[in-house]
Amino acid sequence: MSTAIAEKRPSTLRGASLPKWSPYAVAAGSVALGLGISAAAGLDSSIQWALIAGLLFVLGTYVIAARVEGRRQAKDRVATALVWVAFLLAVVPLVSLVWSTVSRGVKVLDIYFLTHSMGLVSDDEVGGGIYHAILGSLEQVGLATVIAAPIGVLTAVYLVEYGRGKLAKAVTFFVDVMTGIPSIVAGLFILSIMLMFDMEPFGFAGSMALAILMMPVVVRSTEEMLKLVPNELREASLALGVPKWRTILKVVLPTSIGGITTGIMLAIARIAGETAPVLLLVWGNSLINANPFEGAQQSLPLYIYQQYANSAGAGAAYDRAWAASLTLIAFVMILNLVARGIARWKAPKTGR
Amino acid sequence: MAKRIDVSGLTAYYGSHKAIEDISMTVEPRSVTAFIGPSGCGKSTFLRTLNRMHEVTSGGRVEGKVLLDDEDLYGQGIDPVSVRREVGMVFQRPNPFPTMSIFDNVAAGLRLNGSYKKSELADVVEKSLKGANLWNEVKDRLNKPGSGLSGGQQQRLCIARAIAVEPKVLLMDEPCSALDPISTLAIEDLIGELKERFTIVIVTHNMQQAARVSDRTAFFNLAAVGQPGKLIEIDETERIFSNPSVQATEDYISGRFG
Repeated sequence: MSTAIAEKRPSTLRGASLPKWSPYAVAAGSVALGLGISAAAGLDSSIQWALIAGLLFVLGTYVIAARVEGRRQAKDRVATALVWVAFLLAVVPLVSLVWSTVSRGVKVLDIYFLTHSMGLVSDDEVGGGIYHAILGSLEQVGLATVIAAPIGVLTAVYLVEYGRGKLAKAVTFFVDVMTGIPSIVAGLFILSIMLMFDMEPFGFAGSMALAILMMPVVVRSTEEMLKLVPNELREASLALGVPKWRTILKVVLPTSIGGITTGIMLAIARIAGETAPVLLLVWGNSLINANPFEGAQQSLPLYIYQQYANSAGAGAAYDRAWAASLTLIAFVMILNLVARGIARWKAPKTGR
Repeated sequence: MAKRIDVSGLTAYYGSHKAIEDISMTVEPRSVTAFIGPSGCGKSTFLRTLNRMHEVTSGGRVEGKVLLDDEDLYGQGIDPVSVRREVGMVFQRPNPFPTMSIFDNVAAGLRLNGSYKKSELADVVEKSLKGANLWNEVKDRLNKPGSGLSGGQQQRLCIARAIAVEPKVLLMDEPCSALDPISTLAIEDLIGELKERFTIVIVTHNMQQAARVSDRTAFFNLAAVGQPGKLIEIDETERIFSNPSVQATEDYISGRFG
């Protein structure tokens, strides 16, 4: 009887769903509509039509999905759409920055540029290079790391492994304060000391200011990495009759060394671009000065600033500034990649 | 070689909170003693006072005496690091050092305390792994990381690491609670062999395990939640499980609480 009629009731488990290509279709539609609307309204900023398109995308997704699939699925799709729009908003400026640096920087970037200084040409002539700036940056940043990294790591070890009382709280507080010091204040601090002793500018003074800026970053990231080491490892080592300092040196630090190295590399990447302390303390130089303890030196961020300031928006100095920017970004990116490589190499292995 | 332990009047605190009170007992050398009791009664706390690990916890404090062959571990001038070299410990969850290979893990107790030649270490590692019944399974991959083994193998690795330093006493804090029955059986057999060489104290939640493995059993209990744990009864394992003297022990054994 009822089976012979074979009435098909709508399934309570299955609903209608949009095809897989629908997000792309809605995106294309909203871009086209956005372009159309801004053309019609006479808006010429590309940001404006992009925002209009983004808004249309989110609204269109909701309306179409609500119609076809239902309210709940529509909200889900809107959340996905918002995530995509946010992603694009974050990525587009980055891509644009890299693109403009690369396109403007490659004009004068060649081996000659990387291996010669500005000693032979003045700022408005073509030619010259950044060898002196690269050398200065490497030396200043290198010396700053040699000072700040060990002090930072040891401070973090004290705070995590030993510090219990008032001294630890005071140290944490001051590290927090140091994290917020503006770079020019660090520079002024060292400058005041230099003036007290009547000193001429020299590279190491810049290193000291950079070390002040670097130290709290190293302390914070090392602290986090040390806290991630499970306590059971420390207990296992102590239970074997290993004294505490050896436990820290041979068990805790090796377990967290990947993260600590990453933290140090990222701190280096941060100070590599600091201009203010270098401006005050190292002064810049158009000749190569390989001695950081005597005489003014050049550094990459300072070089970029000085070239651009003298360039009036075009010309040889302008091209050189962009090429130096490209070099600086490449330097920071290489440091980042090295940091990730070290972290992966040193991560506790789980192979069989 | 294996030493006896005499505890008298031991009380342990976490800050101002008294965790266990007035514990006195004797552990004979080359025997296995099991500590049983309900959760939170202080068995693990007491175990940790025997190798001075209790004070590593923040606020940990101990009163009373623990004599290792007539030497008070808490006496004046006693170095806790040396105590821990004589009284080893195996923990509830296997914790091999993740950055070290199997060989380095077993040798860690020796290497972290002095410098040894590779050949000397190789002998010790082989002996310890054989003693822990793990040699045949790992002898071809001593250079592989310690964390690549199964749970039972990792625990046996930790036991090998603990016995490599030749302690006089071996403390085991619920060593099988994170393992499956087959691995548990392997470790229980191992305890039976190890007791020829070491004094063993094992904390366990599993009463049947205590009955299988130990020569003497100690039952701990709390008067009420928040009260310090006390030693209720300690006796030959057979007598504890068949004819205990205290009613609370009888109740716990027969599962009326716990």
